[in-house]
Parts: sequence; structure tokens; C-alpha cells
Amino acid sequence: MLAFYRRLYPYKSIFGWLNHEHAPTKRFTHREWAFTLPPDTYVRYQSFADAEDLKKQVCQLNPTRFEIGPVYSAKPRDRKTVRAANFTPQLRELVFDIDMTDYDEIRTCCSGADICKRCWAFIAAAVHILDHSIRDQFGYKHLLWVYSGRRGIHLWISDKEAMELTDEQRRALVGWLTVIQGGKEMRKKVNVRQGSKPLPPGIQMALEPLGPIFHELILLDQDCFAEEEGWETLLQLFPDPDVVRGLRAKWEVKPLSSEAKWEDVKNMTKAGKDQKTHDNIKAAMEDIVLQYTYPRLDAEVSKHRNHLLKAPFCVHPKTGRVCVPVDPSTIDRFRPERVPTVSQLLRELDEAGASAGGEAAAEHHSDWQKTSLKPYVDMLDRHVAALMDETRRAKRDAGPDRSW
Amino acid sequence: MQGGEDRRKAQAQKNIVEVEYHGTKGLRYPHRLNFYDKPPSGDITIEEFETCALDRLRILAEIESSFVRNRPWEELSKITLAQCEKYLQLNSNSAKTVDKEAQRKKDHVGHFVLRLAFCRSEELRRRFVKAEMALFRVRYEKDDAQELKDFQNSRDFGWEEVSAKEKADHEEHLKAASAWSNRDVNVLTDGYYKVKWTRVPDLVEKRRVFLKAGMAWVPSREQSSIVFQEFQANLMKALEMTAKALPFLDEDTRIVPILNNLSQGFLAGVSSEWSTATAGSGNEITADMIDDMARKHFPACMRNLHECLRRDKHLKHFGRLQYGLFLKVLGLSIDEAITFWRRSFSNIQDDKFNKEYRYNIRHSYGLEGKRANYPAKSCQQILMSDQPGTGDSHGCPYRHFSPDNLQTALLSMYSSQGLTAADLPEIMNTVKAGHYHVACTRVFEITHARQGVAKGEGIGGGESVTHPNQYAARSRELEREREGASGKKEDDGDVVMG
Repeated sequence: MLAFYRRLYPYKSIFGWLNHEHAPTKRFTHREWAFTLPPDTYVRYQSFADAEDLKKQVCQLNPTRFEIGPVYSAKPRDRKTVRAANFTPQLRELVFDIDMTDYDEIRTCCSGADICKRCWAFIAAAVHILDHSIRDQFGYKHLLWVYSGRRGIHLWISDKEAMELTDEQRRALVGWLTVIQGGKEMRKKVNVRQGSKPLPPGIQMALEPLGPIFHELILLDQDCFAEEEGWETLLQLFPDPDVVRGLRAKWEVKPLSSEAKWEDVKNMTKAGKDQKTHDNIKAAMEDIVLQYTYPRLDAEVSKHRNHLLKAPFCVHPKTGRVCVPVDPSTIDRFRPERVPTVSQLLRELDEAGASAGGEAAAEHHSDWQKTSLKPYVDMLDRHVAALMDETRRAKRDAGPDRSW
Repeated sequence: MQGGEDRRKAQAQKNIVEVEYHGTKGLRYPHRLNFYDKPPSGDITIEEFETCALDRLRILAEIESSFVRNRPWEELSKITLAQCEKYLQLNSNSAKTVDKEAQRKKDHVGHFVLRLAFCRSEELRRRFVKAEMALFRVRYEKDDAQELKDFQNSRDFGWEEVSAKEKADHEEHLKAASAWSNRDVNVLTDGYYKVKWTRVPDLVEKRRVFLKAGMAWVPSREQSSIVFQEFQANLMKALEMTAKALPFLDEDTRIVPILNNLSQGFLAGVSSEWSTATAGSGNEITADMIDDMARKHFPACMRNLHECLRRDKHLKHFGRLQYGLFLKVLGLSIDEAITFWRRSFSNIQDDKFNKEYRYNIRHSYGLEGKRANYPAKSCQQILMSDQPGTGDSHGCPYRHFSPDNLQTALLSMYSSQGLTAADLPEIMNTVKAGHYHVACTRVFEITHARQGVAKGEGIGGGESVTHPNQYAARSRELEREREGASGKKEDDGDVVMG
């Protein structure tokens, strides 16, 4: 692990990503870092002058993982020397966390910490929807998706305006995006409309791409309504007892695929007695599509500026996989099991070193270039370049009067 | 050079506007509503300083207590207006016989004195802003239409009108965004204004606007939301600045005691009686007693958590928090609490328990970290904050369970205490209307009917449940009273026998 953090971790790119320009600013120097040290120590309120300083500390402490927090009004390291009132979070990327465990009640392939190619499709659907909604509705541009190393995905938004959001505004934004709500004991978890009126615009737009996903993923692949437990859950989402009775009578008799059952539901809308029943069933169907495919957000993570989130390129202690950035446009083809692990990377490094002979023995900043980590670091670097461009432009626009 | 000239011109123009403004109106306070941008100037006596503040405080305290009691907005508004009538009249411009200037000055001075008193901690600032915001909204909603318009025009709220073409392009979306209200909406004729979404977070949270590229399209009838948000944001910022400036204030020894007094008055206005454990009064309970107590005395939220804990041998974070603080206030000591949780998490190894849970339990008793004495969560907090996610068991069953699950749960929890299926329709109706605390109170009455609690009596004196600990405390009190009474009877019997 130490070798990874000494030779491969892309400190410079991470620095640029958090700092938005080359010379260190408060965005980096006043930033909180937290380290998890073996066996079970958690060190908060660390801060560093630059990428070198960070690297030195990481190599010295050799943490199992580290997390990134907000930019405070003072250096977190010095927080004991300032009054509590003068030590408050100021800036923070807007972050989201989607975790596979929240899908346990609907996925049929795995549960708990396990994840397979099939359940990754839930994550992929969530990424599509969220990425599009945030860009289109909130107008943010600098989105970085990062695989969490095991069974989830993180999103970091670095736009200046997103960084400046207050906790209240973050809560509002999460409220806008949250559709699935209610604990274990709440069966119908989608309650976003009045009666059978149209869905609010943001959700209506999300529904269009979710239709085909529902068909592919829920009906065909996961086959969620094949077993009795599955289709009973489905029936409980219809408000009209007549509809439920009709469908149950049919499904109890002979086993049908999920697709065939959904066909039955569709036919119910056509056979609807009057406009009102028709609307009700249609609304219920839309809500079901949402309940099974709409992104399930861990809201608490996004609501507070001072929530800590694992840094990209950390190694997940259980799986040994690196938390690499993910391109949302190719998310469907992303395979968690193909993400490089530490041991694999170190082997590659040794092989590269052996072939290059003795001169490569010295430590080098860009050792990652010789390994399969390269495409991922390049991805982050492209993201950073766009961020830095934006900062430069903003500085130029706000720059001094050039009337001379 | 060019720029300088423009600036001068603009300045001159502005002066003219201001002169006109003062010239035509001749008033220091042209509007009934005030954004309190500038502090009052001129001399005031120390008595005036204090009375202005005290009178305003009476109104704010009433507002805050309305929030705590969960009163609906209309009721709060009515009470606040009555309180204003008593302590701080504020007439509209059409009133001719009263000294409007004096009224408005009192309003102005009172606000700024309270700012000084309440800027000193985050908690006080938050509460002050919330109460002031409510007061502003009450007045705003009651203001005369024309005067309101004048007031709106007197400030630049930075909204931009949506063009007819844009409206036509997004007609469907705008219509859908208004679907929550039962009004007929004609998107093309109604006015819409674009503002940065961050200025109307409340509308965004409830999805009452259309969002595009970071701009919220606000229908004109929701315009007030922008005004309120602006008021709130301004006040919060101003308070933070006042807090920073306060230590450097060259202040008089007469003022500080008044300010201290004021902020304490505000704090005392709201009960925080459930924040400390009832230890020391013979009320200590031990880990072994909890199973039995849960069955006899706990409200549904805690019963549910207790049963989940027994069934799953685990609770998630917010569940532990809600239940743990409740038990603390009930009188469970820290040692007993550790014993209780250790035994309850029977599937978890000692090592893991000590690592992951012990600290949090001690933290909630104020023995770790910042050592704060956390109060148990009130019904309001349980209802409003930290909504349960998938797999969570905390929250309020009346609100967070689906109707049929709630009915099943209630019957299984309380049928041994006298709740029958015949009681359910009434309870479910109150739940449906959103009066969760009323439903909980009704369950209390039914399950304590044997102890002589009648319908409408609530947890004593007609009061309804606002805190789970209050529920449990009253239930235990009733039990003790009954035990006391029957004990006495036996004694009497003995005497006769003797």
C-alpha cells in the first residue's frame, strides 16, 4: 500500500482538481483532510500547503484511506488557535453518493456488499439521469464521477457556484432530485405528485430515458416480478383494489415472466372503465418505473458542506481496487471488476522497471504513466484542465481595468 | 475618462431620484414594510431602547412558541397579528389619524436592538431569523396590494421577465410545475420571472418551479418567495457581520445587561425541559427494565425502534440516535446504556462494538468530542428532520409508515392495552389529515383509558404529545398514581382486618 501512495498516487492532479489553479490557494491550503489509520484511528482536521506536503504526510502515516472535506475559513491544522466562530466551512464541492445497498430491496442478483455486472446497470441508470439533470437543470459543467472502489459511485461537482452553495441550498437541491423516499415500512416510495396529475417537470424529463431501462433491466434482466414476493410488492403499488384483485387472480394461477405481467398491467389501462381509472393506473405505472429505476441518493452526504468523502484514487481497503474516475458517457460499459487493483499496478510497475533497466530505480512523479492507471489519471487531468481554464477566464474577466 | 463621466452622470441621476423621493413623500419610512437595510440614526433614550426591544420580543416569542406547538400558518398569522395589535401597531399609509412615523420608527429600532442581542451565537441567530422572517411574512401577506407593489418597486430584486417565446417553448413544463396547486394556470398569460435558483431554495425543494441552466422560472404569484428569501439572506448576513463587529463596539455599561436580559428572555420562552435526564429522582432505570417499559409506556416510534432492535439485533445510525437519546432522558445512565446496547447488538463482536458504537453512545451522553449535552429529539424534529431512507427504522410511524403497515403495527403494539380495530378509522383519519401528534395523543388516551384517561384529556390538561419523552413520562406517572392508590387501599384493608 505504501508503495502505491509513494510511487503511483497522482498528487499533482488531485491538487489541481481541488485548487483550480497552479499556485496554491485557500481552496487547497484551508482544506480539511481526514485519515483512517490502521487499526482503527481516525485523524481529522489535517491540512497541507501543497501537493508535496500532502504526499509527505500520506507516506509517513500510511493510511488505509483518506477523505476530503470542505475549505474552512482558517487552516484546519490551526483550528485550535482560532475561535470556534471563526472556523466554519466556506466552500465545498457538491457531492453525491449512490450506493448499491439502497437497491437491495429490488435487485434480485446480489445483496449487501456484493456487486456484479448485472446490478451495475442500476448504477449506470442513476448516473445517466443524474448527470443529465444536473447539467440541464442546474447548469453545472464540472462533474467528476468516481467509482467508490466497491459497490457505489461518487459525484463531485466543482463549479464555482456549486462550491459556494450553503447547506440550505444543498438541502433544496437534494430535495429537488430526491424521488425515492420512505423507510422499510413504506411500500410506495414515490410520492411526488398530487393525485394523478402530471409529474413535476424535472422528473417527467427523467422518466423518458427510464422507460427503456425499466424494460431492459427490471423486466428482462432482473425479472423482478417473477416470484410471488416480487409481484406482490408490485401489486401493492396500485391504489385501485379492483385492479389488484384482477391481476392477482390471474398471476396466482400460472407463472408468468415479468414482461408478460407488465403487459397485463398495460392492458388494464386500455380496459380502464373511465378516464379517471385510466389516469390513476397510468400514474401508478409511471411511479413504479421511477421506484424501480430512478437514482437512489444517499441524501445526507450531499446536504452538509462538512461531510467527508473518500478521495479519488484511494484504494478500497476491502477490494484493493483504486477509486478511479468514470466517464459517464461510457458508464454502461464500465466493469467494476476490471478496475485495476493495487497489487496489479505494483506488478506492472515492477515489470516496467525491469524492462527499463537500472535508470528507472529512482522514484519518479509520473510512475503511474507506466501502468494501467494512466487512462484514469489522464481523465482527471483533462477535467482539471477544463477547471483551470474556467478559473483563468473568470480572473481575466474580473481583472483590473485595462483602459490604458 | 469616459468611464468617470458616466459614473458622475449616474451619480447625479441617482441624487435627483433620491431628492424626488424625499421631496414627494417627505417621509423617513415611506413603506409599512421594512427590509431594515440601514440602522436607525438619531438619539434615543435608554428606556426607548429597551421598550422597543421588549415589545418586539413579545411578538417574536409568540411566533416561536407557535412553531414549537406546530400551529398551522393561518393560526400563527392570526395570533401574531393580535400580538402586533397589542405591542407594535403598524398602520398602512391610508391611516390618517395615527403617527405612522413613530410606529415605524419603533419597529425599526426594536429590530436593530434585537439584532444586537441575538447575533451572538449561531443558534440565536438562526432562531431570530426564523421568527423575524415569519413576522415579515405575516405583514407582507396582510399588506395592501398597491402599497405592496410600491414596496416591491422600491427595491431591485434582480428578477428578469420570461419572454413570450420562452414561455411558449416550455409551456408543458411550466404547466407541470404548477400541477401541485389546484388552480387553473394559463402559462402564456401569467407572468414568469427568472432568478438564480439559489435565491428560491424553498420553491426548488418543493419542485414548484421550472429549472433550466441554473435559473428558476418563478410564476408571479410565487414572487413573494423571492422577497422572503432575500429578506432572510440579508438578515442572516447582517447578523453575522454584527456578531463580528460586536466585540469592538465602544459600548456603554448600560446596554450590555439589557442585551443579555433580552437574549435570555427569548431562550426561556421555549421549553427545553426534556433536555436533561430525570436522574436522581428515584427514576433511574436499568437495561433489564427496558423490555417491560417499552411494552407499557413507549410511544409508537420508540416501540417500533425497540422491536426492530430486538428483531434485527441492530439499528442504523439515526435509529440509534433517536432511541438512544430518548432512553437517556428517560433516565438510563451511561453504564446501563452501554450494557443495553451491548446486549442488544448480540450479533456483533465485542471488538467491533467497542470500536464502532461505544464512542457514539458516550458521545450522546456528552462524554466525548465536543461534550455537548444533546437533548432527546422532539416530535417536531422526528417528523421534520433526517427523513428515514430505505432500510431505516427511525422517524414517526404515523407519518413514515404506509397506512396498512401503520394499522397492523398499532394493533400488534397496543391491542394488549385496549386498542381495538374499531379505534383505527378515527386514528387513520387524523393521520391522513397530517395531524400525526393528534393521532399519537389519541392512541395514548385509548391505551390509558384503564388508568382513567378520558378522550380529549391528552397527556394531561388536554395537551397533545409533542415529545416522546413526555408521552413516556406521563404514562409512567399514571402507573405510579394507580399503584399508589391500590397500595393504599390494601393498607386500609389491613387496618380493618387488624
